[in-house]
Amino acid sequence: MKHTLSVLVEDKPGALSRISNLFARRGYNIESLAVGQTEREGVSRITLRVDCAEHSLEQITKQIHKLVNVLRITELTPDDAVEREIALFTVAAPPERRGELMAFADHYGARVSDLGPQEIVFEMVGHPEDLDSFEELVRPYGIKEMVRTGRIGLSRAVRH
Amino acid sequence: MTRMTGADAIIRSLEAEGVDVCFGIPGGMIIDTYDALYRATANGSKLRHVLARHEQGAGHMAEGYARASGKVGVAIATSGPGTTNLVTAIADAWMDSTPLVCITGQVPSTKIGTDAFQETNATGITLPIVKHSWLVQKASEIPATIKAAFHVAQTGRSGPVLIDITKDAQVAELDFKYPDHVDLPGWNPSSKVNHRQIMAAAKAILEADKPIFYVGGGVINGEACAELLELAELTGIPVVTTLTGKGGFPDSHPLSAGHPGMHGTKFANLALNRSDLVIAVGTRFDDRVTGNVSAFAPNAKVIHFEVDAAEIGKIREAQIPICAPLKPALARLVVELRKQMPEGHERPTEWIDRIEKWKEEFPLRYEHGDQIKPQEALEAIRDLTEGRDDIVWTTGVGQHQMWAMQYLSCNQPRSFISSGGLGTMGFGIPAAVGAKAARPDATVICIDGDGCFQMTSKELTTATLHKLPIIVVLIRNGYLGMVRQWQEMFYGERYSQTDLTGPIPDYAKMAEAFGAVAITVTDSDELVPALERALAENAAGRSVVVDVGCDSQEKVFPMIPPGASAADIIEYGSHEKVKEVEGR
Repeated sequence: MKHTLSVLVEDKPGALSRISNLFARRGYNIESLAVGQTEREGVSRITLRVDCAEHSLEQITKQIHKLVNVLRITELTPDDAVEREIALFTVAAPPERRGELMAFADHYGARVSDLGPQEIVFEMVGHPEDLDSFEELVRPYGIKEMVRTGRIGLSRAVRH
Repeated sequence: MTRMTGADAIIRSLEAEGVDVCFGIPGGMIIDTYDALYRATANGSKLRHVLARHEQGAGHMAEGYARASGKVGVAIATSGPGTTNLVTAIADAWMDSTPLVCITGQVPSTKIGTDAFQETNATGITLPIVKHSWLVQKASEIPATIKAAFHVAQTGRSGPVLIDITKDAQVAELDFKYPDHVDLPGWNPSSKVNHRQIMAAAKAILEADKPIFYVGGGVINGEACAELLELAELTGIPVVTTLTGKGGFPDSHPLSAGHPGMHGTKFANLALNRSDLVIAVGTRFDDRVTGNVSAFAPNAKVIHFEVDAAEIGKIREAQIPICAPLKPALARLVVELRKQMPEGHERPTEWIDRIEKWKEEFPLRYEHGDQIKPQEALEAIRDLTEGRDDIVWTTGVGQHQMWAMQYLSCNQPRSFISSGGLGTMGFGIPAAVGAKAARPDATVICIDGDGCFQMTSKELTTATLHKLPIIVVLIRNGYLGMVRQWQEMFYGERYSQTDLTGPIPDYAKMAEAFGAVAITVTDSDELVPALERALAENAAGRSVVVDVGCDSQEKVFPMIPPGASAADIIEYGSHEKVKEVEGR
C-alpha cells in the first residue's frame, strides 16, 4: 500500500538521512522524495512517498515523530490533500507523428518546453496520477529521457 | 561571560551539568579538550576522568555509571578509531535505554570530507543508534549543544547521544555562558498522563481474575519502582521482571514471580502466559521474553505503560495503551485504584495460590557433580552477600549471565546491570568499573564468563590504577558456553569454534598482571572461603578475580527454544527427551 507522508523538519544537517534511515533499516524503498522551504524560515517540508505495510508505517511514523529535528509528521490521504508533481519528458517526435503527440499534450495540459528536429521536451504539472497517464500514452512513441520531481502536497483548504 | 577556548567550554559545560566522573581516552583530535581538563584539574576542578584502556571500555563504564547512579554517563574519545571503538557501547546503550553523552573529537572543519588522518563520519556511523547527534564546527555552539545533549539523553525514553566536535572548534575562542534552557522545538517527549486511560486501566485491573505485572527496565529508568511496589501491594498482583527490569521489584518479595523468557523460570513463564491481564510497565515485548509472539499470553488483555509511543503496539497490541512517564502514571493509577476499589475487594488469591503452587512444583534446579557447577558458585556468592543493600552486580553475556539472572537476588533498583538488548559480550568488567565510580561505597561484583573476560579484562588495569576495586567471579567453563549449548541441543553436537580450553590464557596470571588479587577455585569446598576472601580483599581496596573452574557441559535450564512458546519449555534434566523427539 502506498502512502504519502508530509514531514516538517528543522532545516538542520542530517535531518533527511535520519528520516530515510528509518525506512532503509526495514528494507522499504522511498519511491519519491521532495524537500523544500516552507512559509517558516528554518523549517523545511519533506514529502515522501513509500510503498509500505500499514503496521510498519505506523511504527516508522512514530519513530520519525521522535526525531529531535522533526516538528510534525502527517500522512496525506488522497481525499484530504492537494497533490502535485512536475515531470519533464523527452519524447521521440519525427515530424509525421508530432500532430498526435501535440494532441495528447493539449489534452493533458502538458507544455512544450523545448523542441528539436526529432524530439520534443514536454513539461507537465499535475496530479501524479495524471502524469502517469500521460507517460503511458507517449511511451509507445519513445521516451528518451524522463525526470519527475516527486510529489508534493498540502492539506486541502479549510472549507468553513 | 568569560572568554575561553572551545575545549575549556566543553569542560565548563560538563561541570555545569553536574558531571563528577567521565570516562575516555585522549587522541589527536580531542587533545585540546584533554589539555583543558588538565588545566581545570590543576585549578581545582572536581571533574574526575577515568582513563579506560579501550574506548569500548570507556563507553561501557559510562553505561555502568549511568545505570548504577541514574545520572547521565559521559564517554570521551578521539576521532576515527576512537569513535568506532565507542560504537558498540553506544549501540548497547541504545538497546537498553541508558542515558549517555558521548563526546568525540573530529578533524578540523576545513578537512572534513577529505579522508584526513583518523577521520571518520561519526554522526553517520552512529546515526541509527543514537537519539540524536550533533556535529559542532563552531566554538560558540558548544555550550548550547552540550546543554541540549544532556536534555535529550535523559528526557523521554533515555538513551545515548553523540556530540562530534571539530578540532578547530575546540581551539577557537568564545564568550562562555551556559544556557539555562534548551531550544528544541521538535523534542516533545510524552509528559502528560491521560486520566481516562488510567481509569480504564484501574477498571480492567479490578475486573481481572489472573492479572500480572510484566515489568522491564523502564521502571528503573523512569524511577517508578516505589510506585510499582505500592501498586503490587495494594492489589496483590504478582510481578515478573525482565533481565533489565531485575531489581525494579524486589526479587525476595512474596509477590515476585521471577523472570520470564527464554531462560526464565517455568513458573514465571506460566504466570505470564496463563494470565488474563498483562500489565506491561516500561517493557518492549522483547523476543527473548515473548518467544513466539502469537502464542504469548494468548488470552490476556494488555495494558501497556510506556514513555515511548513507538513501543506501544510494536509487537503486541495494547487494549489500554498509556503513553506517559511511568512515575506519575503509576502514581495516578494507585490513586485511581483506591478510588475505584470497592469495600472488601478481594485480592486474586486463587491466582496467587496457583502461582505459588507452580513455584513449588517447578523450582530452579540443578544436580551437583564432580566438578563445580556454575549455579553453585552463583548460590555461594548470593548467600554470602544476602541481606546487603550495598551490592551492585554486573554481568557479561551468555550462560553465566542467565545463571546470574536466575540465582542472584536483587532487591533494589540499579543493583543488577547487564547487557540485555544488544547482548554485548565483555560488558561486565567495564560496566563494573563504571558502577564503582558511581557508587564508591558499594561492593561491585561482576559475574563474568571466560569468553567475555578475554574481551575486556584489560579494564581491570583501569580498576586498579583508578582505585575502583571490583570483584570478578569468573565462571570458567572453557567454552563460549551459550553457543556450545545451542550446538549441543540444536546443531547435532557439532562444536564449531566454541572451545576455549587449552593451556592459555592463565586467568590468574592475567588478573595479577592487571594488579588484581587472583584466587583460583576448582573444588566446591573451596568456593565459600575463596569468595569470603575476595569480599575481604575487595573491602580492603583490591580488585579480585575469583577464577572458578566449572563443569563445561552444564547448560542453562529452563529453556524455551528460539521461536517457541512457554508451553514448549525444556526443564533441567529433560532435554535428553527433547533430542529424542527431534531425532525422530
